[in-house]
Amino acid sequence: MSRRVTFGGRLIDRHQTMPFVFDGERMCGHPGDTLASALLANGIRLVGRSFKYHRPRGVFAAGIEEPNALVTVGEGPRATPNLRATVVPLVPDLAARSQNRWPSLGFDLGAVADLAARFLPAGFYYKTFMWPRWAWEKIYEPLIRRAAGLGPAPAAPDPDHYEQIHVEVDVLVAGGGVAGLMAAETAARAGARVLVMEAAAHWGGRAPVEGEEIDGRPAEIWVEETLARLTASDKVTVRSRSLVAGVYDHGHVVAVETLDRPLAGGSLDGAVLRQRLWHIRARRIVNACGAIERPLVFPGNDRPGVMLASAVRDHLINWGVAPLERPVILTVNDEGYHTAELLLEAGIAVAALVDLRPKGAGALERALRARGVRVILGAGVTATHGRKGVKGVTIGRVKTGETLTRLACDGVAMAGGWSPSVHLWSHAGGKLLWDEAAQLFRPDPTRPPRGGDGAPLVIAAGAAAGDLEIGAALAGGRAAGLEAAEALGLERPDMPLPASRGRPAGTRSGDWVVPRRAKAAQKERMFVDLQNDVKLADLELAVREGYESVEHAKRYTTWGMATDQAKTSGINGLAALSLARGAPIPAIGTTTFRPPFAPVTFGAIAGLARGPLFKPLRKTAIDGWHEAAGAVWENVADWRRPFSYPRKGETREEAAAREVLAVRQKVGMLDASTLGKILVKGPDAGRFLDMLYINTMSTLPVGRCRYGVMLNEQGFVIDDGVVVRLAEDSFLCHTTTGGAGHVHGWMEEWLQTEWWDWQVFTLDQTEAFAQIAVAGPKAREVLVALGVKGADISPEGLPFMHSCAAEIAGIPGRIHRISFSGELSFELAVPADRGLELWEKLAEVGAPFGITPYGTEAMHILRAEKGYIIVGDETDGTVTPHDLGLGRMISKKKTDFIGKRGLERPFLRRADRWRLVGLEPVDGQTLLPVGAHATDHGINMFGQRRAIGRVTTSHFSPTLGRPIALGLVERGPERLGEEIDFLTTEGETIRARIVDPVFHDREGRRLHG
Amino acid sequence: MKGYGAWSLIREGLRHHLGWGRAWGSPAPRRRYEVVIVGAGGHGLATAYYLARNHGITDIAVLEKSWLGGGNTGRNTTIIRSNYLHDPSAAIYEKARQLYETLSQELDFNIMFSPRGVMMLAQTEHEKRVWQRVAHANVLQGIDTRFIGPEEVKRRVPIINIDGPRYPVLGALWQPRGGTARHDAVAWGYARALDRMGVHIIENCEVTGIRTEGGKVVGVETGKGPIDCGKLALVVAGHSSRLAEMAGFRLPMESVTLQALVSEPVKPMLDVVVMANTVHGYISQSDKGELVIGGGTDGYVNYTRRGAFQHVEETVAALVETFPVLGRLRLMRQWGGIVDVTGDRSPILSKTPVENLFVNCGWGTGGFKAIPGSGWAMAELVATGEPGALAEPFALSRFREGRFIDESVAAGVAH
Repeated sequence: MSRRVTFGGRLIDRHQTMPFVFDGERMCGHPGDTLASALLANGIRLVGRSFKYHRPRGVFAAGIEEPNALVTVGEGPRATPNLRATVVPLVPDLAARSQNRWPSLGFDLGAVADLAARFLPAGFYYKTFMWPRWAWEKIYEPLIRRAAGLGPAPAAPDPDHYEQIHVEVDVLVAGGGVAGLMAAETAARAGARVLVMEAAAHWGGRAPVEGEEIDGRPAEIWVEETLARLTASDKVTVRSRSLVAGVYDHGHVVAVETLDRPLAGGSLDGAVLRQRLWHIRARRIVNACGAIERPLVFPGNDRPGVMLASAVRDHLINWGVAPLERPVILTVNDEGYHTAELLLEAGIAVAALVDLRPKGAGALERALRARGVRVILGAGVTATHGRKGVKGVTIGRVKTGETLTRLACDGVAMAGGWSPSVHLWSHAGGKLLWDEAAQLFRPDPTRPPRGGDGAPLVIAAGAAAGDLEIGAALAGGRAAGLEAAEALGLERPDMPLPASRGRPAGTRSGDWVVPRRAKAAQKERMFVDLQNDVKLADLELAVREGYESVEHAKRYTTWGMATDQAKTSGINGLAALSLARGAPIPAIGTTTFRPPFAPVTFGAIAGLARGPLFKPLRKTAIDGWHEAAGAVWENVADWRRPFSYPRKGETREEAAAREVLAVRQKVGMLDASTLGKILVKGPDAGRFLDMLYINTMSTLPVGRCRYGVMLNEQGFVIDDGVVVRLAEDSFLCHTTTGGAGHVHGWMEEWLQTEWWDWQVFTLDQTEAFAQIAVAGPKAREVLVALGVKGADISPEGLPFMHSCAAEIAGIPGRIHRISFSGELSFELAVPADRGLELWEKLAEVGAPFGITPYGTEAMHILRAEKGYIIVGDETDGTVTPHDLGLGRMISKKKTDFIGKRGLERPFLRRADRWRLVGLEPVDGQTLLPVGAHATDHGINMFGQRRAIGRVTTSHFSPTLGRPIALGLVERGPERLGEEIDFLTTEGETIRARIVDPVFHDREGRRLHG
Repeated sequence: MKGYGAWSLIREGLRHHLGWGRAWGSPAPRRRYEVVIVGAGGHGLATAYYLARNHGITDIAVLEKSWLGGGNTGRNTTIIRSNYLHDPSAAIYEKARQLYETLSQELDFNIMFSPRGVMMLAQTEHEKRVWQRVAHANVLQGIDTRFIGPEEVKRRVPIINIDGPRYPVLGALWQPRGGTARHDAVAWGYARALDRMGVHIIENCEVTGIRTEGGKVVGVETGKGPIDCGKLALVVAGHSSRLAEMAGFRLPMESVTLQALVSEPVKPMLDVVVMANTVHGYISQSDKGELVIGGGTDGYVNYTRRGAFQHVEETVAALVETFPVLGRLRLMRQWGGIVDVTGDRSPILSKTPVENLFVNCGWGTGGFKAIPGSGWAMAELVATGEPGALAEPFALSRFREGRFIDESVAAGVAH
């Protein structure tokens, strides 16, 4: 039984109690406890169930490596599954639940899987559930899905908040143990800007727990003093509860700081600022993340009560909890002896110390025996007894498994050696080497991950570098700090290395599993990966079946794929494969260390990019007016635009129809501010645009407009718009709303990579100007009423496709006589901050003329009636200018333009390409669905029904009083008058006539009005 | 070799599974094979399998530089669908999807094809029109898809946020028989079947050179010595351009890192595959309970298999917005694969300038779903020397002719 003891407890406040709830039962802990230490203090041994067999499990570790004690913490929308109880800080009234059990933790029906475990080895599901065929999706898989998973799925949106911060530092030190602190102080003393992050809530790593000394005093004091100096330094930023999660290329590091802090200004629903995600750009990174103790692989090594010896020490010293009251200590090195001494010091009985090494530990061993502890050498645990917690163990010989004795005990504290936390070294490509003497993988300093400058990016220090002893850790920390300083070009600081005294771990036994010659049945209870229930037998089965590469074995057995990502199972699994294959561990290799080091909350990754701030909406200067006018919206790229302005009782489509008629009969106004407006300027601007567009822009006279089409290198249309020549050396290129960013990027790509010596600058001015289209037969009258100074807007003074500067209603701007509606139209461009003013004046002076604001739907209908294309509707990246009937625009004089060569390829020249036509339903009333395909009722080479065209645009035309459509049809323009059949997804056939795409005012008289 | 099934599991269970043999062998390479296939990923193995099954050719070696299935076959997000726009794509992906339906039974290896339905969300009016167009194309192609409204989306995916505010769900293209499969198992299942047919799979055997005589391929140099062959098929995804270089020709292809990630496992919360192109993210829940999430590609050519965190951030933000209940779940693991992207983002199954040398590559971000169809079509090409209908449109010559099969409009993701 575990319990609170008077010994130790440096992190808890014994004077205060803190209530909490586990599985509905109220208990008490102390401030400073973790959920795990509080549970252990309350005598709770059974904390969870394993993933596959639902075996009972207890607290196993004391940090993020915990594979067993996973719980759901919190209620309702704050319920968070799969948290390791060992790193959940106790807070008042914390509510935790066990997982993966039904109906209760004590009585879990899922445990039938354990009874059948011998028939459910690794990968059993690849060999069965295949017959009858329908049963997989109907029966087997749904059952498997229900049985799998760990914690409950969340049911409601997360009410809490997350934020992100971007910092740039010289040196990031990951890990606040003695090596990390030493590295940080050394680098800081050299003048580097340092950020130190420690995942735990407390500092110093293992040194304070292990009773080590620095400068003749307990390490804890050195840690406190060093931390105080670092905190006081303006060069150093210090953060605890901050996990460095991943190292990415180019020195980009992601870390997560847990805050659980009330929101500034408070919140109604009690929401807190839960975490902060750090984006760190570090010139050097010191990985001082320590090491994780390894378990040992023996039969029944997963029962509650079996835990890491380091976790026993941690709980005792840090939280004043004896996780076990009468343990057997199982060790491969001297650390078991230190653990035994500590337990005795705390007044806890030790049932026996079992050392796998036949020679024992010399003086340590003698001292222990002298204190009356039974020491058994060359032996190990060969069985554990007790279903929901260890009640006793059988001790047997390592070599043969021959039983020596059976001991009553309440658990096993295992010291299996250490695995350096090399993750941050490995994320960005650092390589490892196998240290045969210490039996561990350590970073290979000759093959570090390299940064953008080609120099080593990560420096390992302390236990993370394989330096397990305190003297070496301090020296390694100092060396890392010096190396970082030197790399940054800083002068070598005067940084003395303090004297230290620790407890060497001694030589490790070469054994990994006990007994060495385990029976097949025993191997089925020798767990390597506790959370995923991967046993020695499974890894052997994998090798037997040919899944012998480390990656195959991992994927086949799921070893290392649990939420702890192999932290306690990695090396043991490699050892198991090594034994099964008869090859040394380094020949087995390792699986790849992938970020994150420990799981990272999705909410923190999303940060503030939620709700309205998820891809923030772009609004024009006139947006508020549209809103007040009752506009219904349409998202266009990142913008929102009015779809139409419905009046009372109108649908949005009815409103659009009314708006169309207003433009055709009187006058309408459209907020066209979202159109891309890119200024292209410089002596080579004309030459540059000649390369970008299929037609010639360099010959455009100043003050004139020309419609241009842009292709990609393949010859396909990617954007279009009107180009205005503002001055000899400057052009304004209008683009589509969605295309502005791409087109600007496209221009820059060409300028920077191909024509870097041309004198051209580009500037995206889209948001600098508000642009309003005034369109309709009364447009000029409205402008006259509005008052235009400095320009002649008569038909002769400003003809179609001309542009001029003017003062419009007192606002300096430009007037472009361009039209996307087919009507007399002026587009007025003014500085964005005066856009609303102009719009409101237009609405006011236009009222007597019946001016009507119109939205995107009316704009689409108006242009469709005129047969104007929209890039993205009539085009999709596979359509050429020839297909669109724009072939005549292609300059014959130009020697080159982007897409010219692509266009010359034979397939793009074929006569049977799908080309733009108008379509009219033969019955004069059925609307053709957009996207519907036409078929000639034949079969193609794939046995599919042959398609000969498709509908790209379809509207009911208010002007004509009947449905119209645009489409691309095989040989379309040659087939005017023919009727073809379109198939709908509902299985109907709609017959349509192929017609000219211009439905309205074919001569263009109104345009020039 | 022992057959699989419940009875053999029970029988073996009684003797601690000591009687299972290797799923596939580890033979030493012979001096010559009729066909050598480079690359034991899904496509390479499937090519060998259908060469043996459909064309009776079993004198085949499949060479793998590392462990089989370790490239993109073992790194993808396991989605299977055939809701493509263009006829050639629809044909080959639907062929693959149909083969997947019965692949477990055919291979006697449960590859866990799970037709749970694939949903491609429409979150703008434009995207809605795009999916409606695909639905119409699929009518003619005989592919079972339909456009569904937001209510049906919500019914099938109760955790989805269909109201926005930024990108409300306006509907979705729904393919009821799309879904997922266990990716590793596809490679392992083919490998085991090939082994039974006498085909050699040779792992840890890197090809270091390609030997030609008079414009004709005659063999390869490998880490395990030279191997002669009558025909050579390169099926190595991201490294195709490097092998093509060895054979003296170039491929119109770039290799970039594509990322994916999984959450910690939780109980069932998402029954279908959801792809959201506008916000850029796709997601399904594995049988193990993990949310499997596809990320983006790096904007630069590389072979690192790592990828920038920025793409993870974009994808996760998109999914938290689309599925707000995900907020407190956690990213457990992220990884990258090298995808081979062509000019039109469609694959290449083709003859090459070197006689008897064929390539199958360029599957980009969408190769897993195609594996059986790709193998089927490639086997026909290798066996007969000429492409069948499935492979013909994907010939290298299309780049010269401009006969693109550009699926960017319906490629599932806009990258």
